[in-house]
Amino acid sequence: MNESNKPIDLSLLQPVLQKYEGQQRDALLPLLHEAQAIYGWLPREVQEAIGRTLHVPLAEIHGVIEFYTMFYNQPTARRVIRVCEDPACQLRGAQTVMRALERELGLTHGQTSADGAVTYEHVPCLGMCEHAPCALNGDKPAGNLTPELISAFLAGTHPEPSARVYGGPFYMLGRVGKVNPVSLADYEAHGGYRALKKAVAQTPEEVITAVEQSRIVGRGGAMFPTGRKWRFTRAAAGAVKHIVVNADESEPGTFKDRVLLEEDPFAVVEAATLAGYAVGAERGWIFVRGEYPRAFARLQTAVQQARAAGYLGRNVLGKAGFHFDIKVRLGAGAYICGEETALFEAIEGKRGFPRIKPPFPTTHGLFQQPTAINNVETLVAALVAFDMGVTAWRQHGTEQSPGTKLFCLSGHVTRPGVYEVPFGLTVRELIEMAGGVKDGRSLQAILMGGAAGVFITPDSLDMPLTYEDARATGVPLGSGVIMLFDETADLRHTLYQLAHFFAHESCGKCFPCQLGTQRQMEILHRITHNGGVRAGDRQALLDIGLTMTETSLCGLGQTAASAILSALKQWPELVPEDIA
Amino acid sequence: MSEPVTLTIDGKEVTVPLGTTIYQAAQQAGIDIPIICYHPHLTANGLCRICSVEVKGWRVQAAACVTPCADGMEVHTRSEDVICGRRTILELLASTVNLEEAPEILALLKEYKADPERFAEGEQRTAPLYDDNPFYIRDYNQCINCWRCVQVCAEDAQYTFALTFNGRGFHTQIGTFMGLPMPDTTCVFCGQCVGVCPTGALKPKRQALLEQGLDPDEIFRQTRRKRKQRQNA
Ligand SMILES: Cc1cc2nc3c(=O)[nH]c(=O)nc-3n(C[C@H](O)[C@H](O)[C@H](O)COP(=O)(O)O)c2cc1C
Ligand code: SF4
Ligand code: SF4
Ligand code: FES
Ligand code: FES
Repeated sequence: MNESNKPIDLSLLQPVLQKYEGQQRDALLPLLHEAQAIYGWLPREVQEAIGRTLHVPLAEIHGVIEFYTMFYNQPTARRVIRVCEDPACQLRGAQTVMRALERELGLTHGQTSADGAVTYEHVPCLGMCEHAPCALNGDKPAGNLTPELISAFLAGTHPEPSARVYGGPFYMLGRVGKVNPVSLADYEAHGGYRALKKAVAQTPEEVITAVEQSRIVGRGGAMFPTGRKWRFTRAAAGAVKHIVVNADESEPGTFKDRVLLEEDPFAVVEAATLAGYAVGAERGWIFVRGEYPRAFARLQTAVQQARAAGYLGRNVLGKAGFHFDIKVRLGAGAYICGEETALFEAIEGKRGFPRIKPPFPTTHGLFQQPTAINNVETLVAALVAFDMGVTAWRQHGTEQSPGTKLFCLSGHVTRPGVYEVPFGLTVRELIEMAGGVKDGRSLQAILMGGAAGVFITPDSLDMPLTYEDARATGVPLGSGVIMLFDETADLRHTLYQLAHFFAHESCGKCFPCQLGTQRQMEILHRITHNGGVRAGDRQALLDIGLTMTETSLCGLGQTAASAILSALKQWPELVPEDIA
Repeated sequence: MSEPVTLTIDGKEVTVPLGTTIYQAAQQAGIDIPIICYHPHLTANGLCRICSVEVKGWRVQAAACVTPCADGMEVHTRSEDVICGRRTILELLASTVNLEEAPEILALLKEYKADPERFAEGEQRTAPLYDDNPFYIRDYNQCINCWRCVQVCAEDAQYTFALTFNGRGFHTQIGTFMGLPMPDTTCVFCGQCVGVCPTGALKPKRQALLEQGLDPDEIFRQTRRKRKQRQNA
């Protein structure tokens, strides 16, 4: 019998509902995940039972399920095959892998097999671009796929990819590949919890001052000084404060946080705890994107072990009055939930709509309470800098951008991977470190900062990678994305893919982005695949770009045209003004 | 008057209490800023962005209806980029949904010389006509996603929570739990959503039938029969 026709056995859900009895709306996403793990999707009866348990109106539950692409209110298999469709994977053969998979499964995007056993989907960047082309088989990640590897992939025998880290000196990546990521004892044996012990011997103000002096700025993209953010949150009025770790990493081309989360999860837990001590926050949250099941599992293990050992909970490390604990939350397929206020909404069990700012998170964050939200790498950088001391940290990098930074190299590069290097290297030096352009071809373009970033030409390779240069040139470091396109790449098609990504991920709250991302995608689709350039296209893209950039409510819409506008400027011939 | 702040809007000096929005301050100064989603009695969510203006020194424009005034602010409501943004938003909207019964928006299209056909090759946001209860019809082909109906049905007024969203991005549409017809939802037919809808997407059934040319007796027969059916159901 087809799985979708089976009557829904609600008794399977009872133990889960009991566990959540008495909990509030912020338990909605975790409960939906657990229910979906049982049924493969969320039938009406299941939603109704969840609504009764958490006292959430049914319309609201429906709206939430409709928002997140990994929640299903139509019959869907428990096992979903998700293949990445974004540029870094397409540059390395994703198309042939997709075709082979479709042939093998007899399914196209969005379809479920007749026996209800498997659903097949094309999805945005999976955050494994160094292993491109890549895919998820249920919870199991796979990389470097080829048509020949398809049967092993589907059988689950293709080995999971392991970390590819390069560069040095290694501080943030120091334990990667050396430490057992699910062992607290091993973490301690590799210097773990040294920094937190050092911190609790000082006052929170002293810790904040050290972070300020280390000049760490946010590595999630917005470049806000981390010490100042902590100071504001500490100073904000309110008994309950939060530390939120932004582990939603969904910017196409970004995969650095995944490596930290998977390979050194205790460092993320320790770093959040250190932030909690500095800020005076008792509640910590780690929000991991839904496509990172391995990171999610390891973080949960780390939090449990840390709690059992007294590194989390009441009077952490025996320090009277220092209470801090962490909840790990799993997203469900929405790039916008990396935007800090949308992320709060997701934790609160709502659709991930960004909020209007001000007020800012430091005073009105999660549950409208003071919140310091930081990127994974930011927190680990703060932990490392605090551990080694400000003077030692500032010996690396430049005066304005001290220390090291993680860069994500992908696309047509010989050795894709996460590179930890001191600030100040040039793009050229970093690419050389990565073995240059793949197969010795010549370079056409580089995408800096991700889909929300900008394209540069090979003429700009001598640009130093620092925050001061980023500010001066307008070329963002963003999340550290450096994606290479060789002479064979079809840039028009890439522009269409980027536009497609934003149209897919726009939350739909404000008009310019909701409508502009769609029209931008349609125009680029026609130009690339369905008839070519028409008179007025260039001006239309410029007007849509200006409108989204200037008037959108949040950073997604404000950057949804960034890469495309930069390409139109660098290579006017992609969409020429005058059409004969 | 709580702490006053002074700013300039298009060169005109205005003093307003702290917490006043740019939109309110402009109104006070007699300067016209267009609005679509804003409604004085509902929570402002800054959705349509048609009210965006330039503030000197800001990275991007500010939505006047949700941005509080600050001392020394220099606001420009008619710069080239502001006009381009407004025109483009209107063109995007006109290519997406049917604005025939949204006179305020049609007037703006004219004022900003927006070309409703500019993006005509694009997908339209379409939906079936929902005629599922005797009180009002829902025609989301005319819906601009201003959220007003959802808001009055929820915390802004009724606390009924019958309405929600389907999809996201361009494909966001107003809907109900699992697409159920209104009588099967928590709707209490208070009519508040119909009252705040600016585009004719929500319309009293009576009005819709009148527009179809039915005479009042026939309308009474039709809506009465539906009411009865509902009671028997
Ligand atoms: C659309 C959008 C997506 C974002 N995604 C992420 C993300 O995945 N991870 C992240 O750390 N920051 C992301 N950000 C930035 C966050 O809003 C926020 O600035 C960051 O978490 C702050 O941490 P930081 O100061 O340590 O960088 C995103 C912003 C936008 C507008
Ligand atoms: S800019 Fe895009 S993602 Fe941000 S609020 Fe507007 S519609 Fe949503
Ligand atoms: S139905 Fe009317 S009130 Fe509701 S969102 Fe659409 S246009 Fe606004
Ligand atoms: S994993 Fe495919 S593009 Fe990032
Ligand atoms: S009127 Fe200001 S955003 Fe709609």
